[in-house]
Amino acid sequence: MMRFVLSLLAAVMLAPIAATAQDSEPLHIEITDGVIEPMPFAIAGFIPETQEAGQMASQITQVISSDLTGTGLFREIPKSAYIQNVSSFDTPVKYSDWQAINAQALVVGSVGMQGGKVVVKFRLFDVFSGQQMGDGQQLAASPASWRRLAHKVSDVIYSRITGEGPYFDSRVVFVSESGPKDNRQKRLAVMDYDGANVTYLTDASTIVLAPRFSRDGTKVLFTTFETGFPRIKMLDVATASARLLPEVPGTMTFAPRFSPDGTKIVYSMEQNGNTDLWMMNISSGQTQRLTTSPAIETSPSFSPDGSRIVFESDRSGTQQLYIMPASGGDATRISFGDGRYSTPVWSPRGDMIAFTKQNQGRFHIGVMRTDGSEERLLTSSFLDEGPTWSPNGRVIMFTRESPGAEGSASLYSVDISGRNLKKVSTPGAASDPAWSPLLP
Amino acid sequence: MNFAVKAVLAISMLGLAACSNPDQYGSGATGPGGALGPGGAGMDGVSQGGINDPNSPAYFSQTIGDMVHFMVDQSTLTDTARGILTQQASWLVSHPSYTAIIEGHADEQGTREYNLALGARRASAVQEYLISQGVAGNRLRTVSYGKERPLAICSTEECYQKNRRAVTVISQSAVGS
Repeated sequence: MMRFVLSLLAAVMLAPIAATAQDSEPLHIEITDGVIEPMPFAIAGFIPETQEAGQMASQITQVISSDLTGTGLFREIPKSAYIQNVSSFDTPVKYSDWQAINAQALVVGSVGMQGGKVVVKFRLFDVFSGQQMGDGQQLAASPASWRRLAHKVSDVIYSRITGEGPYFDSRVVFVSESGPKDNRQKRLAVMDYDGANVTYLTDASTIVLAPRFSRDGTKVLFTTFETGFPRIKMLDVATASARLLPEVPGTMTFAPRFSPDGTKIVYSMEQNGNTDLWMMNISSGQTQRLTTSPAIETSPSFSPDGSRIVFESDRSGTQQLYIMPASGGDATRISFGDGRYSTPVWSPRGDMIAFTKQNQGRFHIGVMRTDGSEERLLTSSFLDEGPTWSPNGRVIMFTRESPGAEGSASLYSVDISGRNLKKVSTPGAASDPAWSPLLP
Repeated sequence: MNFAVKAVLAISMLGLAACSNPDQYGSGATGPGGALGPGGAGMDGVSQGGINDPNSPAYFSQTIGDMVHFMVDQSTLTDTARGILTQQASWLVSHPSYTAIIEGHADEQGTREYNLALGARRASAVQEYLISQGVAGNRLRTVSYGKERPLAICSTEECYQKNRRAVTVISQSAVGS
């Protein structure tokens, strides 16, 4: 499944055409609360280099357009408004034609087939300063991986304009749901971040919950009821083969997460009604207890450097967020607002914690600094829970459940500014998303 | 004709098979109630006597009651719950061939993993009480389903209070196997 070979060939294109005399600021979007108006852009191409590349070129154009507009930061100018007809990849850009339709960014690209591979070339232009932004690039991949090619191109464009890290070439593991509320069938599934290429990893024979990727994206941890009791299972994404991790008889184990280096997992173990956090060395099976309170300790998340763990505990009487060293020991409470806080997830940048908050009968997804300051709630609904971060830490995906007998779960995403809330396309009901790192 | 009879037999056998499946919820063979509804061991009940036969599993699950309920976000046993559990314990003491799995459940007003832990607290509270009433601990095992298997599916307190429950599911198989 992951037999994908993507060679990012050398940046090959020529220096930009000389800038015009305009004296405008370089093209840039600062992603802050202040960005309201999406930046207008145009995609001239991707031009097929051969007839057989025509279909592929139009599909790739569509995916790039959808990636960029899907961020809420960009708006595509309809092709019918274009003045210049860019007929080949090397056609000189007539900036005045693109300025006239107020395109601030222009993408010119081509798609060809070479030696059984799809080859994509593209250049990005800052229309109002009349300059090419960065070098042109050429990428190649097998035809089956054409969507990844498109996402890679989008990632370069997004990063050059925003200065942020990329995230389109990534996947999401989640729980696919079907059946009535009192007999929900759950299957583990993985898909591209935009809902394409869904693959099922387990059948519907038992309940599965809350999967998490390893940092290299090759493995998934999740909780399964296949023995009749909650147990932790580790699955290889490429082969879908999985094994149960060792347990202490008579206990329940759940909420597993990989350490950043992939050698350990932190998880919850319930014994005699009390749930604590434990660490397990994956290869040796050796375990270490991290918390000892009689309260519920669960939903742990490592800091990106692996040195600390944020988790939830009701040791104060209600669910609140705490941070402790990854070896256990004294924990510091970081949540102090009204209501109950749960499912903390450390951002990939290390500076923020995303969480679920329950207050006055509503559920929210929010973010705060790792010291608990600057808390901001991004969503509000009957039931929002379980945030997961995009690889660049700019977008959060989560589960939203609708109320009532006919209620069902969907995946939603929201920018960490709180804007661009939208439903993620999935084949049916879905819950418990976990975002992969950026694919290699 | 012959085919139809075979089909009926096959279906009955599937039903029995579902009873011995420790993951009752995985097979999809669920009804209202705990594992298999009021009368969690319903198929056995049919063959071994009804709700008026004090030796029947149906008596345990329906006449005594196999279910107790909890307050919001709590695992403390109410007086009503203690009354039911005292009778459950006495039935289990006098029927030593039975073992029980105690299922803890939560309503949907909580996050998934916390609710698993909360359901475990509830199941454990029931287990401890049954042990205090003389049931051998090695005949009991607990499991939590969190909010994964609600009994009532509306999103109001009327349904939530039914879902905040612990269900004592008895069987004659080895505990937790």
